[in-house]
Amino acid sequence: MFYREAGDFSASYEEDSQTFPIKFDRYRYYLVLFIAIAVIPFVINDYWVNSLFLPFLIYAIAAIGLNILVGYCGQVSLGTGGFMAVGAYACYKFMTAFPDVSMLVHVLLSGLVTAGVGVLFGLPSLRIKGFYLAVATLAAQFFLVWLFNRVPWFYNYSASGQISAPERTFFGIEITGPNTQAWATYLFCLMFVIFSAYVARNLTRGSVGRKWMAIRDMDIAAEIIGVNPLRAKLTAFAVSSFFIGISGALFFAVYLGAVEVGEAFGIQKSFLVLFMIIIGGLGSIFGSFAGAAFLVLLPVALKIVGVDWFGWPTDIVAHLQLVIVGGLIIIFLIAEPHGLAQLWRVAKEKLRLWPFPH
Amino acid sequence: MKLKMTTLALGAALAAGPAMAELVFPSLSYRTGPYAANGIPFADGYADYFTLLNERDGGIGGEPIRMIECETGYNTEKGVECYESTKGEGALVYQPLSTGITYQLIPKATADGIPVHSMGYGRTSAKDGSVFKNIFNYPTNYWDGASVAIKHLLDLNGGSLEGKKIALVYHNSAYGKEPIRTLEELGKKHGFELSLLPVDHPGQEQKSQWLQIRREKPDNVIMYGWGVMNQVAVQEAANIRYPMDQFIGIWWSGSENDVRPAGDKANGYKALTFHNVGDDFPVFDDIQKYVVDTGKAAGAGDQIGTALYNRGLYAAMLAAEAAKTAQGIHDTKALTPAQMRDGMEALEITEAKMADLGLPNFGPEFTVSCENHGGNGFGAVAQWDAAADSWSLITDYIQSDQDVLAPLVTEDAQAFAAESGIEPSC
Repeated sequence: MFYREAGDFSASYEEDSQTFPIKFDRYRYYLVLFIAIAVIPFVINDYWVNSLFLPFLIYAIAAIGLNILVGYCGQVSLGTGGFMAVGAYACYKFMTAFPDVSMLVHVLLSGLVTAGVGVLFGLPSLRIKGFYLAVATLAAQFFLVWLFNRVPWFYNYSASGQISAPERTFFGIEITGPNTQAWATYLFCLMFVIFSAYVARNLTRGSVGRKWMAIRDMDIAAEIIGVNPLRAKLTAFAVSSFFIGISGALFFAVYLGAVEVGEAFGIQKSFLVLFMIIIGGLGSIFGSFAGAAFLVLLPVALKIVGVDWFGWPTDIVAHLQLVIVGGLIIIFLIAEPHGLAQLWRVAKEKLRLWPFPH
Repeated sequence: MKLKMTTLALGAALAAGPAMAELVFPSLSYRTGPYAANGIPFADGYADYFTLLNERDGGIGGEPIRMIECETGYNTEKGVECYESTKGEGALVYQPLSTGITYQLIPKATADGIPVHSMGYGRTSAKDGSVFKNIFNYPTNYWDGASVAIKHLLDLNGGSLEGKKIALVYHNSAYGKEPIRTLEELGKKHGFELSLLPVDHPGQEQKSQWLQIRREKPDNVIMYGWGVMNQVAVQEAANIRYPMDQFIGIWWSGSENDVRPAGDKANGYKALTFHNVGDDFPVFDDIQKYVVDTGKAAGAGDQIGTALYNRGLYAAMLAAEAAKTAQGIHDTKALTPAQMRDGMEALEITEAKMADLGLPNFGPEFTVSCENHGGNGFGAVAQWDAAADSWSLITDYIQSDQDVLAPLVTEDAQAFAAESGIEPSC
């Protein structure tokens, strides 16, 4: 009734192939952007930002990055935590070496460094596939964490081996350190989220993304029709690691402020981001957002309901969280193996026919 | 997309109004995860002492106490969530019981003007109060612990450790790495050789480290472990028949839960402590009467009198005493975090005061001042008696080697001050 393409005419190819071809969809998207950019910054406080928005936004970037590699190019990776650590440590080194440079530059440079490291660890993907590649990236995960723990140069020889973000600015506004404003850190991360989602969406719609998907669907066939597997796989690793590096840099510098590599970027982080894209939907940008939201917001929501509303003991709520999140993951995977994104797609299909389905 | 709306709705649900007429003590505890075995008794002790004050005295100075418990799972991300969700409630002091979370909170809490008390953990150089205005780590810290362990070994070896080999088995994190610098300095001074054996989080896998110990046969092993790592280490030491009385854990590696799994083989294991052990103190009668018998004990109520329960109780007692001091200074009953900070800085713990609280001879005497936020560095050694299933103190309180430690503390604090642009002042 509301959601349909009748009367929505495209007069050019551009209009026909845009991301949101249906008018209602497009306006909804603009509305979300408007609320995110122009409404939320005025109403949020420290709690909302540090407990909900920052982790959601940062994990969304990481999920987009991993989704490019796993969802679009079909290269299973368990090295996300390690690549986030590369982003974080690169950002730390840049922040301490060039204190006067804007945070924007630091974060983008950290992404580039991570892209380089990602390509390096992506090289084995030319020879090995599937589970074997997963094991190779797992090695990357452990190697990188070990490296950052082992070589004092990475943490500037601090006694505790921790890295802590000094105060750095972006156009004179403090982005890192203790004296930040909630809206500033929120908008800074949101900017990267919009940038990542925009770039990722358009890459995956273009020829690069089609090559990735060809490799994912059947690499031999792709090679025969002229896709260069070396280039396709390595670009996927590079772009994916770039986004993951950005998320790692933001995770350390803006969100946590002080990081210990083994605890913050361990193997659990790799699994967490992988779960996000599996639950959200492989090969879908919206799925990355949905998955990140699901795994970041659900535990907080359960905690609020259990502890603050019902007054249950904290340990019981923490255990219930594991049970409920685990149970929901299983239910989702059985009921909808293609994730939340597919649910969303089905809902949209239904809406298009509503109220007169066939 | 739509999720943002959900988040907004969620946030609105959060905005329950805080009541400011109470003394709010958040407890960032962990009763789940690989560190729960140690987190539970501490959290129980912390909660029970405040319950006791509420039930027996009606709070502190007539002002009721509200303790908000928040589960961190020893995880820094959850720690941030807990900090943000409790600070708006008027939290007076944070005791996160995690070095990682402490490091995280040091800049945040300083900016928000809320004191942090990291009792025997956290950043050691926070002892320098001229730099770390809001951070306290009295009565003792990690470097004191390392020094006390070495002093104990000096006593056992007739005053010389020349040519001895000492291995440090440590949690590979900020916590475990803290004592390395101190032990290296002490190694230079006393001529022992230090070997480092890191154990990665969570610490269930220690075969290779103990194989190395078996091969190198160090004269002593010092351990900085926490959570499941402790139990595994004691078990592994028993497996390679390492002499238990040569094996010394820091105070975080000295609870009943750490040694019991190894059974009789753990007999003779030593651990440091900065307060007394057991439940033979008058305050425990009150806890039995006002807390346990009224069914208000925290958790399962089965931890009373254990080493970490006592530590939680001690932490709560120090917080309560600081609050009393603050009430005296500012002549008010309701406190703000800034007033609480003043109370902590003026805190004085004497034997008479502790006896008055029903804790005679429970811990060392100390005085906090603007320059010294870390006490005097006294620690004692406790030994595990597997047959009696209890710890007992085998030494008096030993003071750490201040000649070595004081310059290290100043150096690290000055480095932090320079790094973050703080002007040290008192």
